[in-house]
Amino acid sequence: MPVNEWLAMRWNYIIRRVALFLVVVWAAASLNFFVPRLGTGRDPIREKLGQLAASGGLRQDGIEAMVKAYQAKFGLDKPLYEQYLNFLGDTLTLDLGYSLANYPARVSDLIGNAMPWTIGLMFISVLMGFVFGTLLGALSAWPGSPRWLRNMAVPLMTMSAIPPYLLGLIVLYILGLKLKLFPLSGGYSPGMLAIASFEYYVDVVHHSILPALAIVLQAVGFWALGMRGMMVSTSGEDYISLAEANGLRNRTIFLRFGLRNAMLPQFTALGLSLANVVAGQVIVEVIFAYPGIGTVLFQAIQASDYTVINGVVLILILAIGFVTMMMDFLYPLLDPRISHHRSDG
Amino acid sequence: MHRLDQILYYLRENPMLGAGGVLILFIVLFGTLGPLFVDTELARPLSTTSRLAPSWDHPFGTDDAGRDLLSVMVVGVPLTMRVGLLAGTVGLGVGIFLGFTSGYLGGTFDTIVRGVVDTLLTVPGLVVLISIASTIREEISVNIMAMVVASLAWMWPTRVIRAQVLTMRERAYVQMAKLNGMSTMEIIWKELFPNLLPYLAALFANAVNYAILASIGLEALGLGPQNDPTVGMTIYWAITFSALIRGMWWWWAIPILFIGLVFVGLLMIAAGLDELANPKQRKAV
Repeated sequence: MPVNEWLAMRWNYIIRRVALFLVVVWAAASLNFFVPRLGTGRDPIREKLGQLAASGGLRQDGIEAMVKAYQAKFGLDKPLYEQYLNFLGDTLTLDLGYSLANYPARVSDLIGNAMPWTIGLMFISVLMGFVFGTLLGALSAWPGSPRWLRNMAVPLMTMSAIPPYLLGLIVLYILGLKLKLFPLSGGYSPGMLAIASFEYYVDVVHHSILPALAIVLQAVGFWALGMRGMMVSTSGEDYISLAEANGLRNRTIFLRFGLRNAMLPQFTALGLSLANVVAGQVIVEVIFAYPGIGTVLFQAIQASDYTVINGVVLILILAIGFVTMMMDFLYPLLDPRISHHRSDG
Repeated sequence: MHRLDQILYYLRENPMLGAGGVLILFIVLFGTLGPLFVDTELARPLSTTSRLAPSWDHPFGTDDAGRDLLSVMVVGVPLTMRVGLLAGTVGLGVGIFLGFTSGYLGGTFDTIVRGVVDTLLTVPGLVVLISIASTIREEISVNIMAMVVASLAWMWPTRVIRAQVLTMRERAYVQMAKLNGMSTMEIIWKELFPNLLPYLAALFANAVNYAILASIGLEALGLGPQNDPTVGMTIYWAITFSALIRGMWWWWAIPILFIGLVFVGLLMIAAGLDELANPKQRKAV
């Protein structure tokens, strides 16, 4: 195929994929706008002011005027379509408004402070789970592996079946509470100065091991099961027999011919699984009171802080949509057979 | 008895399906026969002494609010299963309808269905459910919970069924049925549907699994039925009242045990049914 044509197809695909991402952004923003309004017709401003009045901070008679003032300030007195357009505009500029529970705090600041913790924890644990799981799964299906490795199917299935936050409670109890090897909660020790010093980093890593372990345990099971299935069919392929007949070393056959070919679908699954990984990690953070976005979300739910809930939901959907899109762009580099030039993939 | 022999013989060939079936059977019997042996009144708060470790009188111990955890499980496990079965049924039902029609008919309808499914699959379901559940928080009951979860349980079945129907559409027996003047609906129901039954059963097990997973996730964040002792809400109360640090291991470990049995059982059934549907992939080592 001529290079020009190839490039045109590539651009065609990229444009369509970006358009799909924008649809996701629009759908997520619309969800955030309409779902709270579909509810029971409650008015968060009135509720909040009512709560403040009840706790003794405000006089009752001024509330009506204040509701009016706030509605004007937030544009809630305008017609619905105008509010919707404003909201879409705010979303595009990532203006998520203010927290209702901690008023002067901006939602984007709350999320921004929590994001590095979440990304760090997720990056490490997804990477470790993927690598160990893929290796373990490949070995468990390889005819040349020791017997105990080949009998791993049921333990792997059990690990993959239990959500990471429940595994988290178990590791927290055994390794944290009973053996006292790791701290029970938080992202760093109270009283520790959050500055870039060696002790601080050691402390942060020490705190992240248990939550990471919870996620990795489940991820290892999940990736190993998928890899196992793929490796079973790969190990029956003719090119493996040919490599054996050529007298190549067992390890070479496993790595170069078995693992490498069986692995490609794992990368596809990585993109698809991201949404579930994030969902699981959000709750793991709650269990460990880890200072990431999951804990922000949990506290917002406890305080009925709708602007923060909506902000976190939006950011998570956008982030996952964006990473999934990036991964779609990277697949053709990993697997030359995928070329995106047919619409029915 | 001949048929039963055949089934037993097949289960020996396919131990996954058998083992998963036994686990789920245990869970179902626990929920149905449990009330005959256990006083379900003790699942209410303040019905017995609180904070007791497991003993002969309270085999699973009691929690902070004075609930007997054995009674809580007898009441809660069926509630959690009900969320899963309801949401799984709705999800699979929508998936069957959309998957068969869009896969068989093709055209604009198919393009729209495929686009919507592919888009929604990249969205983190639990996060969307959190957004919905937190707005209707006060009104959540077991049935509403099931409907909330079902709203995102249909995409995967739709996608898988559609892909299967696409491969079947051009087969000889479908062409033959078409030449014989069968209507589209007849072909879908009489020719395609029966051939996909084992697939659909595996999809159902997966859909129920997904629904229970999602409902427990929501409940662990406190977004569940506040007045029903589902397994997930029990875990939520245990987390909220720091059962772990206070050494009340039975409070969180027992619901985890039950939920683990359900998940492993459903996953084994799904894997076993996959093997039944797809004998080519059979005999993984």
